[in-house]
Amino acid sequence: MAWVRFRKKDMPGGLWTNCPSCGEMMFTKDLVAHFLVCPKCSFHMTATVDDWIKFVADPRSFEELYTDLKPVDRLDFKDKISYGEKLAKTAEKAKRLEAVTIGTARVGGRDVVLGIMDFKFLGGSMGVVVGEKVTIAVEMALERGVPLIMICASGGARMHEGALSLMQMAKTCAALARLDQAGGLYISVLTNPTTGGVTASFATMADVILAEPGALIGFAGPRVIQNTIKQDLPEGFQRAEFLLDRGQIDSIVTRDKLKDTLFRCMQYLRPVDPAELQPVAAADLEAASSISSNGQEGKGRKDKESAKKAKKGERAARKEAERGEKGRPDAGEQDESDSAGEKRDKSKKKEK
Amino acid sequence: MAARKPDPVQSALDFERSIVELEQKIGDLQELAEHTRMDLTDEVRPLRELRDKLLRQIYSSLTPWQKVRLARHPLRPITTDYVNLIFEDVIELHGDKAFADDKAILTAFARLGDERLMLVAHRKGKTTEERLAANWGCAHPEGYRKALLKMKLAEKFGLPIVTLINTPGAYPGIGAEERGQASAIARNILEMSKLRVPVISCVIGEGGSGGALGIGVCDHLMILEYAYYSVISPEGCAAILWKNSDRAEQAATALKITSRDLERLGLVDEVVPEPLGGAHGDHLKTAITVRDRILSRIKELRKLPLADLLSRRHERYRRIGNGEDLVQAVLEARARGGRAPEERVEAPAGSTQGAEGEGAEPRGEERPSGA
Ligand SMILES: [Zn+2]
Repeated sequence: MAWVRFRKKDMPGGLWTNCPSCGEMMFTKDLVAHFLVCPKCSFHMTATVDDWIKFVADPRSFEELYTDLKPVDRLDFKDKISYGEKLAKTAEKAKRLEAVTIGTARVGGRDVVLGIMDFKFLGGSMGVVVGEKVTIAVEMALERGVPLIMICASGGARMHEGALSLMQMAKTCAALARLDQAGGLYISVLTNPTTGGVTASFATMADVILAEPGALIGFAGPRVIQNTIKQDLPEGFQRAEFLLDRGQIDSIVTRDKLKDTLFRCMQYLRPVDPAELQPVAAADLEAASSISSNGQEGKGRKDKESAKKAKKGERAARKEAERGEKGRPDAGEQDESDSAGEKRDKSKKKEK
Repeated sequence: MAARKPDPVQSALDFERSIVELEQKIGDLQELAEHTRMDLTDEVRPLRELRDKLLRQIYSSLTPWQKVRLARHPLRPITTDYVNLIFEDVIELHGDKAFADDKAILTAFARLGDERLMLVAHRKGKTTEERLAANWGCAHPEGYRKALLKMKLAEKFGLPIVTLINTPGAYPGIGAEERGQASAIARNILEMSKLRVPVISCVIGEGGSGGALGIGVCDHLMILEYAYYSVISPEGCAAILWKNSDRAEQAATALKITSRDLERLGLVDEVVPEPLGGAHGDHLKTAITVRDRILSRIKELRKLPLADLLSRRHERYRRIGNGEDLVQAVLEARARGGRAPEERVEAPAGSTQGAEGEGAEPRGEERPSGA
């Protein structure tokens, strides 16, 4: 699996921060208010989990859950130091135990399950506990009938957990299959970088795939590809714009517009009826297969039933949408450009 | 097959050399005996005994790296051999009906014993031309999409699916990335988790990471004794962690990628024993063992009602890799509505909820769902 190293210079620190892309000097304490985006070249810097919570969730709406799930060194893996030591050191710095943070939140007043990956935590790599927490997030979204939003950042699977980590790709996807069958909504946001086993599993299996400008997104890392094909890679290879051009993602969204875009997508993609958000029951599958062998008569009945169901769903969705439109905090009086993000941005400035 | 086979002496791995040399000597003696009509049984017997003793010695103490090299052995039986030896009435189905026919993955109707099934298998090729065509078993997105298309066909007509895994990994190239290697693999993994027919996978050589898993989500995972299955190639791991791909031997040990390691970790359901001296020493015997094992598993899985088959597969992956301690921790956390235990001092500083939210919330009850 690809493994992209975290670069220190991508992270802001000190009084002044240089833009890693154009070198522009910026006041470090202004950075978060500007979504960690360079005002000159609009380079999107690596954000922390706490930054992401501010960028995406309504103020004070995020409740972090399953914080105490802790990875273990099942393989007794050792390179320069043991994996256990590495985990302890990383956790201390990150103030969290794993590379993904999950919880409940509201986005523009709507309940969601929110997952955020932390590239600083061992390259955002997916081990057993990351896979477990992502799976729990999917299941929470299913149980609560609310959308799932995943902010992805990962160098791939976690080598230190061997094939155990590889299998997390299957675990997360199997959970997503159920969410999908139940009609649940899942939006992923691919940030720089999202590669390897995470891209090859839950990150790309969303109903809507958004990406940040310039984000490196791919299966294999660029170095691995270069070593394999022994030729130069094309300009902009594996960047979000490259993927958009080749039809691999739905849209590129700048960070200041992200929250608003998420909200607006959710307005379109409302679960038909939360009560119907149930995994396809085994009995239904059985019934469906017996009907198909019974021929036309049964089929006709089933069709009528599903048409009725769909109508009911439509009604429910319309009602929901009306309710939601009223509930939207920044709908109506504000103009297009005034996104939810910018609104919060203003209130932040007031604080200072 | 008309193609010239690699020479056994040339192909021998370093730790096999003494055995191959002995076998040559035995062969020479037998030939001599035939030509001269002399009885050389007494000369041959001790050599045979010595060879068997050596084999047992060497194969009882193989290192993980040696097993990786056996999994990649140029004489090891590959998909083509299994197709020739155990599958009958084979009709190959080409193409993903969208972009290309990726020869790195074979998809075919095939009969195994009395079972008609869909065969999906990595293909490596034996001759240079074949290997080139099959890209050494490294599939592109169209290969994974072809596989999915045929598996869906199998699902529609109730055919069980058998996949043979043997790939160094999915191909890391420009075209592969342009056409969505990652999402092609992810799509297969997701869709395979809900296929409504029995799926049996067998790692016959290299189980290279996502490229293997892309046709490897199944009800029953078998692995040949000297095959491996890994999240990353030992060379790749060594290059990243030790900055030196020569440390592959060390990485192979650290990654726990041998069949027995994987069995201990609960990742594979069945290790298929290979003949003494490895699968390449006796293709037919290996193939027949594989056939019999797959057949008996298909028959078992066929007995399951569809709902059980699907929930069993879901459970298999829902729990995969979770140690007992993690299962317990998740259960306990769930009982607290996902919240951290009260006595926890080092509450994560990052949580915005942190001090204010946590204390105010009533403990030990589920958050009302749909809230
Ligand atoms: Zn800049």
